[in-house]
Amino acid sequence: MKDLLFTTISKKNRLLILGVGVFLVLVYFIPIWSISISAPQYPEGLGMHIWINQITGATPYDLKNINLLNHYIGMQEIISESIPELLFMPYVLAYLIFGALVTELYPKVGMAALGIINLVIVGIVGLFDFWRWEYNYGHNLNPDAPIIIEGMAYQPPLLGCKVMLNITACSYPSYGGMILGLSLVVLVYILWDENRRKKSNVV
Amino acid sequence: MLKKSNLILVTLGITLFTFLPNCKKGAATATLASDAASRVYVAPGEKDEVYAFLSGGFSGQMSVYGIPSARLFKIIPVFSVFPENGYGFDEETKDMLKTTHGYVPWDDSHHVEASMTDGKQDGRWMFLNANNTPRLARIDLKSFETKEILEIPNTSGNHASPFATENTEYLMAATRFSVPVPQASVPIDSFSKGGFKGTVTMVKVDKNTGRLSVELQVLVPGFNYDLSHCGKKKSHDWCFFSSYNSEQAHKMLEVGASKKDKDFILAFNWVRAKECKDQGKAYNFGGDYVNNFKEENKPAVSTRLSGVKMLNPKDCPGMMYYMPTPKSPHGTDVDSTGEYIVGGGKLASVIPVHSFSKMMEVKDKKEHHSTEIEGIPVLKYESTLAGEVKKPCLGPLHTEFDGQGYAYTSCFVSSEVVKWKLGTWEVVQHLPAYYSVGHLSIVGGSSTEPYGKYLIAMNKITKDRYLPVGMELPQSAQLYDISSGKAELLSDFPTVGEPHYSQMIPAKLIMDKTAKLFPLEENKHPYATKSENDARIVKLGNTTHIYMTAIRSHFKPDIIEARTGETLYFHVTNLEQDYDIPHGFAIGGAPNMTNLLIMPGETRTFKWVAPKPGIYPFYCTDFCSALHQEMQQYIRVSP
Ligand SMILES: [Cu+2]
Repeated sequence: MKDLLFTTISKKNRLLILGVGVFLVLVYFIPIWSISISAPQYPEGLGMHIWINQITGATPYDLKNINLLNHYIGMQEIISESIPELLFMPYVLAYLIFGALVTELYPKVGMAALGIINLVIVGIVGLFDFWRWEYNYGHNLNPDAPIIIEGMAYQPPLLGCKVMLNITACSYPSYGGMILGLSLVVLVYILWDENRRKKSNVV
Repeated sequence: MLKKSNLILVTLGITLFTFLPNCKKGAATATLASDAASRVYVAPGEKDEVYAFLSGGFSGQMSVYGIPSARLFKIIPVFSVFPENGYGFDEETKDMLKTTHGYVPWDDSHHVEASMTDGKQDGRWMFLNANNTPRLARIDLKSFETKEILEIPNTSGNHASPFATENTEYLMAATRFSVPVPQASVPIDSFSKGGFKGTVTMVKVDKNTGRLSVELQVLVPGFNYDLSHCGKKKSHDWCFFSSYNSEQAHKMLEVGASKKDKDFILAFNWVRAKECKDQGKAYNFGGDYVNNFKEENKPAVSTRLSGVKMLNPKDCPGMMYYMPTPKSPHGTDVDSTGEYIVGGGKLASVIPVHSFSKMMEVKDKKEHHSTEIEGIPVLKYESTLAGEVKKPCLGPLHTEFDGQGYAYTSCFVSSEVVKWKLGTWEVVQHLPAYYSVGHLSIVGGSSTEPYGKYLIAMNKITKDRYLPVGMELPQSAQLYDISSGKAELLSDFPTVGEPHYSQMIPAKLIMDKTAKLFPLEENKHPYATKSENDARIVKLGNTTHIYMTAIRSHFKPDIIEARTGETLYFHVTNLEQDYDIPHGFAIGGAPNMTNLLIMPGETRTFKWVAPKPGIYPFYCTDFCSALHQEMQQYIRVSP
């Protein structure tokens, strides 16, 4: 095991890691997660994108309209400034990209394993934080809201779709999230590939 | 099939035209498509294939229908006030109806013209004429709103208008009621002595902005210029105007204006006219007129203008020719190739078709001239004639083209549409219309590339077609499918106002370009309030400006204090940025203002003079949200 971690990564896999680093840079420019909302009076739907550093509407006006709808049930206004996570998320991503570059200079299998651990931690912490954020928005309702339904909370789903009143909200990773997921897959593949290579070398 | 009232009319027609052979035989060939209902049925949620823009005749408005369903989508106020949304009442649009005669809140709108690029419909603008107080309007097809109105000076009765050149370089407008130019009080019988004149006006359309301006006027003999259509392709440089009363009768026109066997189609070379203007052959002439322009999200600006460049035909040889056309011609229409100019003589027994090539060949050959009227050569009838459609019907008026070599002519007296073939001049089909049909419209029918498929006939009389609703019966139009060899009646539908003329455009040319909202950040209204934090009340002596916002489901500020006699301006900005969330604004008992509908991102102003002391509610009138009914507040007026 220890041997494996200190094995030098093959040329092909080093290229793959470089690819992961480059692709992670894209995450700065595309949304990570998307929540879409549909209702009879919104046949064209409304959407919200979560980026590494901001929250936007799927169209220039969607976020404003989601907030307008939400005010009836007393939800806080969703604005990027009120979400502190968005301030340090770009640095976390920078750290991951930095890791990929370091691996190029120090191409050991252990670095790939470290990358996997980092990505998994970022994923778990990120999803938990996202859930917590959704929970707060869905439960911290203004007691003076025009529409109050006993026992009703409006927490959007973490993954998948959920019907709340007449609105269906769906939450799925967006391209940025897919890149993060794919990065993890690539790293796992490298680990597996290196392990297999090492075994065949031994034999 | 034929009802009594129609028979009476037809009989009357035949009595009028006893010299005509009976040409009614064809009416029997008309059919109602057997599956007509399914062909006009557009299922819930499905979209129509075509937009139809119909003028409202005496309603002064334009209405938008979907074809083939004939569902009414919208009424666009143009020359008439519209209490429903405040058009003509509020501070933003009241100046749209200003003229040199003052505020004229109504008109008589006959002709719709679509903007074209290279002879093809481009879906940018619609133009509409005002016959009564000579005006011409531009309607924007992004917002479906009237953006500009231009008054036409030195004319009376702007009927032959607004017909566009092939590339919408110019819109033509010509005088229906010849009058002294410039206006003067003269004995009315001086009409017969040449004292009355007409003008042909070239209105320039800015290629990018659509802004309208008077380029040039041509002073023409005092006939009644009735309709126009401009050339295309080879006849690109020309526009053709029909005229009646070349007799210059001034009383009992019914008799006096119908004496001569032929009146004229005036062929006008507008390229040549512009050339003469540029050579300095036009002279400065008076004439006051008004241009009203409403820039997006700004109050309309009304500008008073004075003077035009006037040109006399004798100073510009080669610009104008008269083509004799039987008999009191009404419609003049140019086919898709630009070669044939079809006259519709409302008292004629044939449909005469002039050939553009022949006209070009003979126009400057003396032997083909019969005479000259005030510097305009009169060509011989036979010299320009391509052919005549013999015994087509009674009272042929307007012709449209399907682009497949067929023409369709409406016949007022015999209440039918005749389909005939260009070139052979043979009638191939008679389609009954209910009743007394005026204009026709084919999708893209006046462009170089008609889309064809549908034809609508716009009728004047609807006796026995619908449930009676008092003496004024519903106005109506009829829809035909002309896509196959034999045209078929699909439906008839009531319309708003008299459906005088229309333009139909394939939906795909417009539907994706329509505006959904006004972006708030681009709102340049001087009294815009772009966020609730900026909502405020500013008192200036006895005038108060209320910078108000409207959003689901409240106004801000919501409590207003005023004193009797104080003038309040409610500048309401709709903060919504969502499709189809207008807010309304009305004040209880407001005497001079109607309702306002304020579109998302738009600012409009409601002017109100505080009446006697009391509490006055104001509220949202456009059902905007679950709490729409709660969107209401109060104004307190103190002594
Ligand atoms: Cu409202």
